This record gives sequence, structure tokens and C-alpha cells, in this order.
Amino acid sequence: MYDFLTGPMLWATFIVSFGGLLVRSVMYVKGLSWQLDRVAYRPQMKYGIRGGLRSILAFIIPFRARLWRVRPGFTLVFFAFHIGLLVTPIFLEAHNVMLKNAFGISLPTLPTGLADVLAWTCLAGGLFLTLRRIAFPEVRIITTFYDYLLLVITVMPFITGLIARYEMGDYNFWLAAHILSGEIWLLALPFTKLSHVVLFFMSRMQLGMDYGIKRGGMKGTDMAW
Amino acid sequence: MPEGKFCNKTPINTEEQLKATLGDKGGKQYYEEMNHLDVDSDKLWAAIQKTMKSRTKTWLEICAHCGLCAESCFLYQVNGRVPEQVPSYKIQSTLGVMVKKKGKVDNEFMQMCMETAWSKCTCCNRCGMYCPHGIDMGVMFGYLRGLLYSQGFVPWELKIGSGMHRVYRAQMDVTTEDWVETCEWMAEENEEDWPGLEIPVDKVGADIMYTCNAREPKHYPEDIAEAAILFHVAGENWTVPSEGWEQTSLSMFAGDWECCKDNVLNVYAALERLKPKRAIGTECGHAHRATVIEGPYWAGRPDGQPPVPYIHYVEWLAEALRTGKLKIDPAKRIKEPVTLQDSCNYVRNQGLKNVTREIISYIVEPGYFVEMAPNREHNYCCGGGGGFNGIGLYREQRNVALRKKMEQILDTGAKLVIAPCHNCWDAIRDLEEEYKIGIRWSFLKPLVIKMLDVPEHLRPTEE
Repeated sequence: MYDFLTGPMLWATFIVSFGGLLVRSVMYVKGLSWQLDRVAYRPQMKYGIRGGLRSILAFIIPFRARLWRVRPGFTLVFFAFHIGLLVTPIFLEAHNVMLKNAFGISLPTLPTGLADVLAWTCLAGGLFLTLRRIAFPEVRIITTFYDYLLLVITVMPFITGLIARYEMGDYNFWLAAHILSGEIWLLALPFTKLSHVVLFFMSRMQLGMDYGIKRGGMKGTDMAW
Repeated sequence: MPEGKFCNKTPINTEEQLKATLGDKGGKQYYEEMNHLDVDSDKLWAAIQKTMKSRTKTWLEICAHCGLCAESCFLYQVNGRVPEQVPSYKIQSTLGVMVKKKGKVDNEFMQMCMETAWSKCTCCNRCGMYCPHGIDMGVMFGYLRGLLYSQGFVPWELKIGSGMHRVYRAQMDVTTEDWVETCEWMAEENEEDWPGLEIPVDKVGADIMYTCNAREPKHYPEDIAEAAILFHVAGENWTVPSEGWEQTSLSMFAGDWECCKDNVLNVYAALERLKPKRAIGTECGHAHRATVIEGPYWAGRPDGQPPVPYIHYVEWLAEALRTGKLKIDPAKRIKEPVTLQDSCNYVRNQGLKNVTREIISYIVEPGYFVEMAPNREHNYCCGGGGGFNGIGLYREQRNVALRKKMEQILDTGAKLVIAPCHNCWDAIRDLEEEYKIGIRWSFLKPLVIKMLDVPEHLRPTEE
């Protein structure tokens, strides 16, 4: 089971997930229409790229955009959650051991204590995001079953990973569950709105280009996001 | 009854239809007919497939349902923060459902969409600034309005408004003759006070071609006179076209894209004919957006630019004050607390946030200008944008919408509001009428004329 999950299944997952995300990105760009979107992407590319990059940076840097400044509490949890989601799997020692065995290379790895903190942060963040969906009427009204499902898919690798890491219960079972849930998460990326891992950049770039070209950029005034 | 006499899928294209529809006072029969109007689902779905590309599709799909857009919407704020006013909910429950159902929706649904698109969104685009994914729901509501218009589900006044643009190429029944006569009349009327004042019509090769809002010749001809006086004092070589002088677009509010294109091409044709070095539009927000910002795209210009540089009145005024073409008598500057309304259509949509403040620095005594909070591109809609001001059916909702601007103005403590936009100007006038908070409001032109330092040779000779 372990060999299958970390062998052919893992390869298939990587191909479908990363290949799928690449396809989504290409399709997005191909589907842009200067006339329907009313943005002169190509002729004003220089302004567009400037506006696009400003737009992305304003929202990936904590407290840069006004949105992040007016809601400091949410911003902290939101960034902690996303940093944990991204950093933990990539720099975890146990994952890099596999990388080393397969290719002989390894990324710098996180100290165990820090990895634990990040993983717990993700769980706490996921819990917070779930609770606010229930607690706040403005979030509840737009929340669907699908939103909860995606949260479960996203935090499951962390839950199973932590159970395995603390060796609660049957280690082999929880390890397999961890790998499988991680693969489910990766497979879900291109097919669900988790595709925002790439489409966030696409969409932000697009609106940034709109502002950089048509909505002020060419007038020499930068949008104060 | 699938298609009504007034409420139907066919745009108003003749004066006769226009008058008949206008004769249906308040749209009584129009809205009654709307209850029986059929939805052409095949046509609706075909339109969606043809025009909904990756940007909008992605916006609908990746919305994380986080609710961060809620607080960005002034309509959410002033309507007791009911969840039904959350921008994401408003667009997902209308356009989102329409797409999910592949256009197979019923009359009741379309009427709900109409109410949402025209009374719960002014297309101010503020929510787009507060969405982490950059989802601009104002843009999507503009798109939804187009779909609704094509199916006949549009408020009565806007059906008429776009009909006006189709018949007169102006938002009101102002013909070419009316317009030219008004210009002549205004020049004569003010000649005595301003010797040599002219309103040159159809002068080829001028430095400036001036365009305006049909309300000016129709209801406020003094606005045209004021523009003429300021160009005259500044020594500008300017003209107005006899055709293509109207730059507003109620058709944009209505979602009548075909008409938008026709009207903007009419203005551009005047530019081709008169070959001015540049064009300047009046103190109007949506007119600027229609003719200068979105217009080039409707007209199919790949560089997204009008045929000649086309600027907003505030840009010209700032330039004239900066270069000394217009001089202000420091003794006559505004010496009372005064605030400024940022128009969404040229501030959030074209970044013209600094020029208006530059103008303020010349015309207001230092220390008297008070900013609204928030301001510039983060400012709130006046409450009457996107056609909201003009729709009788939603007057009550519009009056509630004015409360945000009222609070903002009250917080500044200013009694004078400078509103260089027709729509904002109207909304602020209405809010004073409705809530009586004791404020005055003004365009820039009359304020500046009152404090001009007029060169000797332009003053009337006293005999």
C-alpha cells in the first residue's frame, strides 16, 4: 500500500495536479478578451505588467492592501493559515527524505518544533475559517456544503499527519491515510476552487492590468490598493 | 402575453415609440406587462456562452465565499448589514444562478435580478478593491445588466433613457438645432459681461473640442456659458461640435451595448471631422467613463484610447490654474470648511484623484479643506450612481442609499460640498432635500468664475 501510494499514485497525482494547474493557467490567459474585458492588454503591456504586479504584491504582503489593514485579526489568521499550508509540506524533513531517496536532492528543512507549530497553526486557522462561516451572517449566507468540503480536504493531511507524527493509534494506517489525503488535496487543486493557488495570481494580475492600463495607470496615478 | 406593448425585448428606436412609452406615466403599464414577459432562454444562454470568457467565469468560480466584500459595500452598510446585501451573495444569486441553470430561468427570477442589478448595486466597483481575488462585482453587474436589457427586464426610465440615446443620440430630447441655438443664446446672454465671448460651433482644427451632458442644454444652459467663460478667460482656442457634443450614456446604465457603441462613435466622428488637438468633457463622471474610459473598447479601438487625447474637465482646470491661464484672486478663495466628492467613475475608474486636490489647493484658503473619510479611490458612491438616481421604482431604496454620503459629509463638518460630477451633484442635492442637513453643493465652474482674477482687457468697459 505504502509503495503504491508513494510510487505510481504519487507520480500520477503530481502529473494530474501540476499539469492540470498549468492547463487552467493557460486556458485563463487564452480566454481573456481585450474587447469584452475592456482592457488593452497587448498594446499597453508595459503599464499592464506594472499594474498587475502591484496588484499581486498588495495582496500577498500582509497589511499592504487596505483590506488587510482594516481587519488585522482576520489578516493574521488568514496569512498564518496560508503560510502553514504552503511551507510545512514543502520544507518538512520527512518529505525531503523521500525527495533525497528518489533524486538525491533535498530542500532546506524545518526544525521539528517549528514544523509542529506551523501544522497546528493550519489546524487552528482551518477551525477559525470554519467557525466564521457559521458565526457571521455575511459569510453564512454565501457558504455552501462545497466550502466545508474543501476545508476538510485541505486540513485532512494535517490532521492525519499530526496523528502519525505523534504516533497515536496504528502508525502505518495513519501514515497511509496521510499520504492519501495529501494526494486527494493535490488532485483537488485543478478541479475545484482550490485552483486559486494559480488563479489567484491570474485574477489579481488581470484586475491589476485593468487598473494599470485603463483605470488610472496610464494617467500616472497608481491604485492605492 | 409574451411581449408587451411597452415592455418587450425590442429597444426603442423611433420617436413615436419613445413618446408612447413616456406617455405610460411612471411605467404603470410597462411594469404590469413585465409580469408576463417571457424569457428567451436559448437566446440568453447563447449570449452568455458568447460573451462570458475566462475573466468573468473565473470570478464566479473562485469566489472563496469569504464575505470580506460585505463591509466594502455602502449599500450593505446602510441597509442594516443584512446578508442579502453582501456583494458576493448579490452576484452569485443572480448571474451565478443564471449561468448554473444555463439560462433556463423564469420571469420571477429575472425580475429579482433586475431589482438586484439596479437597486442593490450602483456599479461603483468598490468591492473589487476589497476582494483578495480581485473579483470586481461592479463589472459583473454591468455585464448582468446587459443580459437583462436584452431580455427586456430593465427599469422603465432606463428603457426610455437608452431610447433617447438611440433616437436623439443624447440622453434627452435635444436636437442638433436645439443644441446650436442654446450655444448661440448663451454666448449672446453673457456677451455684455464678457466682451468677445463666443461659443464657436464646428470650428476645424481648434486646440480643444468641448463635449457635455445633454442636461446642460436642456436644464442648465448656464453651465455651457460657464465653460465658455472659463475657456474665454484662459484664452483657449476651442469649439463645440454641432453633432457628437453629447458624451453621456444612459445606455451604459441600461446595459444597451449596441447603443453605447453608436453614441461613442458619433462623438469620435466629430473628433475626426473637426480634428482638434484634444477633447475635454464636462464635469460629469459617467460621461467621461462612457466616452473616454470604456468608449474606445465599445468602438473597437485596440489601444483602448480615444482618437485624440480626451480629458476630464478637472484635468483641464487643474492645468489652467497650474500654468496661470486662469488666475485666482486670493482674497476670493473659499474661506469656510469645504469637502470634495470623489466620483467613482473617474476616480476609482481612472485614477483622477490628485488633480481635484490640486484645484482645491488653488481655490480654497489653506486650512479649510476637509477630506471625507475614506477618500480618493476608497471613497463611497454618492448613493445615486449607475442610474439609481433616475429610477422611480427604486426611489425609496435610493434615498436609503444616500445615508452613507450624508454621514460622510456630516463627519467633515463642512457645509459646502464640491461635486464635479452631475450624478453626484444630483444625489447630494437630493440628500439635502430628503434629510435637510443644511449643506450647499456646487460644480467647480461657478465657484472658479466667482474668484477669477480677470485680466484688464477681458473686463467689460464701463461707460
